[in-house]
Amino acid sequence: MSVQDVVKRCEALFEDLEFTAVKQWKSAAPGRKAIGYMPIYVPREIIHAAGMLPVGIFGGGDQLEVIQGDAYYQSYICRIPRSTVELGLTGRLDCLDGMLFPSICDVIRNLSGMWQIMFKDKYVKYFDLPQNYDDSTGGSFYVHEMQTLREDLGKLAGRPISDDDLHKSIAVYNENRKAVRELYAYRAQKPWQAPTSEVYLVLRAGSVLAPEEHTKLVRQYIVETEKQKRPQRDNARVILTGSFCEQPPLGLIKSIEMAGCYVVDDDFQLIHSWLLDDVATAGNPLEELSKAFLHRSAQTASKYDDRKEDKGKHLLRQVKTRGAEGVIFAAASFCDPALLERPMLQEILAKHKIPYTAFKFAENTGQMAPIREQAGTFADSIKLWSAA
Amino acid sequence: MNTAIPVTAAPKKEKPRVIKEDAMLLQKDLINRNYHEVATAHAEGRKISATFVPGNLNELLMCFDFARRLPETDALQNGMRKKSGKMIMDAERDGHSEDVCTYVKTDLGMMLQGETGPTGEPMPHPDILLLSYTGCFTFMKWFELVRQKYDCRTVMLHVPYQGDGKINPAMRRYVVNQLKEKVIPSLEEVSGVKFDIDRLREYMKESVKAEEDLVAVLQTAKHRPSPIDGYFGAVYYIGPIFTAFRGVPEATRYYEVLRREVEERMRAGKGPVTPEGELAEEKYRLVVEGPPNWTSFRDFWKMFYDEGAVVVASTYSKVGGVYDFGFRHDPAHPLESLADYCLGCYTNLNFPQRIDMICKYMDEYQADGLLINSIKSCNSFSAGQLLILREVEKRTGKPAAFIESDLVDPRYFSGANIKNRLESYFQMIKQKRSSSENVHRH
Repeated sequence: MSVQDVVKRCEALFEDLEFTAVKQWKSAAPGRKAIGYMPIYVPREIIHAAGMLPVGIFGGGDQLEVIQGDAYYQSYICRIPRSTVELGLTGRLDCLDGMLFPSICDVIRNLSGMWQIMFKDKYVKYFDLPQNYDDSTGGSFYVHEMQTLREDLGKLAGRPISDDDLHKSIAVYNENRKAVRELYAYRAQKPWQAPTSEVYLVLRAGSVLAPEEHTKLVRQYIVETEKQKRPQRDNARVILTGSFCEQPPLGLIKSIEMAGCYVVDDDFQLIHSWLLDDVATAGNPLEELSKAFLHRSAQTASKYDDRKEDKGKHLLRQVKTRGAEGVIFAAASFCDPALLERPMLQEILAKHKIPYTAFKFAENTGQMAPIREQAGTFADSIKLWSAA
Repeated sequence: MNTAIPVTAAPKKEKPRVIKEDAMLLQKDLINRNYHEVATAHAEGRKISATFVPGNLNELLMCFDFARRLPETDALQNGMRKKSGKMIMDAERDGHSEDVCTYVKTDLGMMLQGETGPTGEPMPHPDILLLSYTGCFTFMKWFELVRQKYDCRTVMLHVPYQGDGKINPAMRRYVVNQLKEKVIPSLEEVSGVKFDIDRLREYMKESVKAEEDLVAVLQTAKHRPSPIDGYFGAVYYIGPIFTAFRGVPEATRYYEVLRREVEERMRAGKGPVTPEGELAEEKYRLVVEGPPNWTSFRDFWKMFYDEGAVVVASTYSKVGGVYDFGFRHDPAHPLESLADYCLGCYTNLNFPQRIDMICKYMDEYQADGLLINSIKSCNSFSAGQLLILREVEKRTGKPAAFIESDLVDPRYFSGANIKNRLESYFQMIKQKRSSSENVHRH
């Protein structure tokens, strides 16, 4: 399979708003179930350990015509909940046996209750994540949240989820995260070989594929793209941040790249890289997942920074370790977490003399010319500034 | 008894006279006195705390002698005094998005303008930000922003959301542990005052009395005609208990006076007191969901009383604590009770709970319909309100209407549009009522 074939497959999965891959996975064996989850993070290991398929729901993108979903939201609410409601009401999510709504913002939080009302026959859970990072306090609450999910999914699966099941699933996801880290490292090293418009699709395939298959796919992409030499350009190396929930249209990512930027790190689908290293595969599995969340996970706007000095550390680390020359803040319109966080991060970047630019998008943004112009000007200014 | 007080400004025209209940004047006095306390706190060697209205741990903060700021109240006071518009634009010029909460931008804009509070007195920096993360995501970012700018000590109290529509023991334990391990030690450290749980119990005993009286006041609206407006009037009634006064003896006295006054009005068959006097005839009884607009508060209210519409119950008057279904602070279990209070605030309830509560109000207060005032700034309230509207209509068979405005951004208050919408809505209620009367007659 060539790199083009890999990307083509991922693109087909990305564009398929009927979730055929999920249906195929379910029909491959009797009694299989699938559980949807919304951004940013849920411990997919628990779903996997129940023998179920975790399915990432990132809204409807720019190909879905939202008709019914708009009737549920005012104009000043972001787009992801309305396209998600549209997916639900048009039956496209019927293949899911449940939905998880992690704590990220008030819109997704409220959507959990709406889902309980609109889809009464499905399992629906608001999944709270701790904002207190002490093992005995936040950790113990989080373990309880995970235990409840474990018991609920055990009932749905018709069998309890054992520690052994969880250890195996943790190992599967450790491997998946490792592959994603390899992919990100490869892109940072050779961004011309792994354009973000492709990396994005490869990653996004992980929303609908079983993790074992996705891990193989990620590694296959690295191998295949390395075989095909592509021209290296004098682009600006940038970090793209703020798109951790509602996703930008693929055309927007392509536009940024066409404007002269190599995106060397991003926060598009944070779930794949949320936990920064391996989770222990022995001991109490929920406690190990909790420790990883509390002490070894990424920073993002929906997570509290305990100390002022911690703000922006992750972004600065990304800039440093990826060799970035600037940061692009790309937030969805009306996204409270990203837009409230942005001024704080900008202030920190300014202190470190790291250039940045900012714009907003919606998942169905169609006009790319202004974004291309802005990104192009930003890339030019970096290049001119660096050369000076 | 009502008192007329002149409104300031309006140089040439004859000064309009605003009618206020005695209790309204008392509460204004309390609020102004608190601003003075905050303004002079540092000079008097006191420390200042800031926290939010939902999940406001006032009794606990009092145990450490803090002068107490509530940034949402500062923002709404600035809104009512027509000062918020410029503050918001200043914050936007300073890099804050036009999409985000205008309470936050009013607060940050106020600080950019030189840190003068709504009453014109200085507004010093808080010494500690008690980030009571209850029912609103923006709270977290708000205090991170303040901390970033002014380097204030911040302590987080994460209050889990009632996603399953109930409080389970793990949620309560989580909040209590945070109080014990993080919040109380931080408050001790900043204030230099040792925590005394018996002092907390004493404050809570006062809280309970005030809570009893507040509930009695709000529930007088079940009577026909209602002696109060449960939204426009209620925002005055909730002022002391939702801010720096729950647990303070003056607040207890305020609620005693208020209750006496309101029950007397009820017995006399009187309607609510509006800024233009007593409402003569109650034509429509409404339940309102969502906060009010503050920048045009009086114009907004006038649109109701001019048509004889009375709000008999509102969800906003429960935003700083839901007391009408039995919860009271419990001096016997002080920390657990603080946890339950935080967990039970209105915006910490899930959607089915919110809908149940509104339907209950519609029934118990014999309302003609539901009005939703959807606030651009507040996703915690607003996201999903159109589903609330449908569900309540479906379950009660009563008409619902939807208007949009903002908390303190004057750019998002379109008086003509709202008035138009309200007039049509009242017509709709009238028609529905007469057609139902016709059905009963035949």
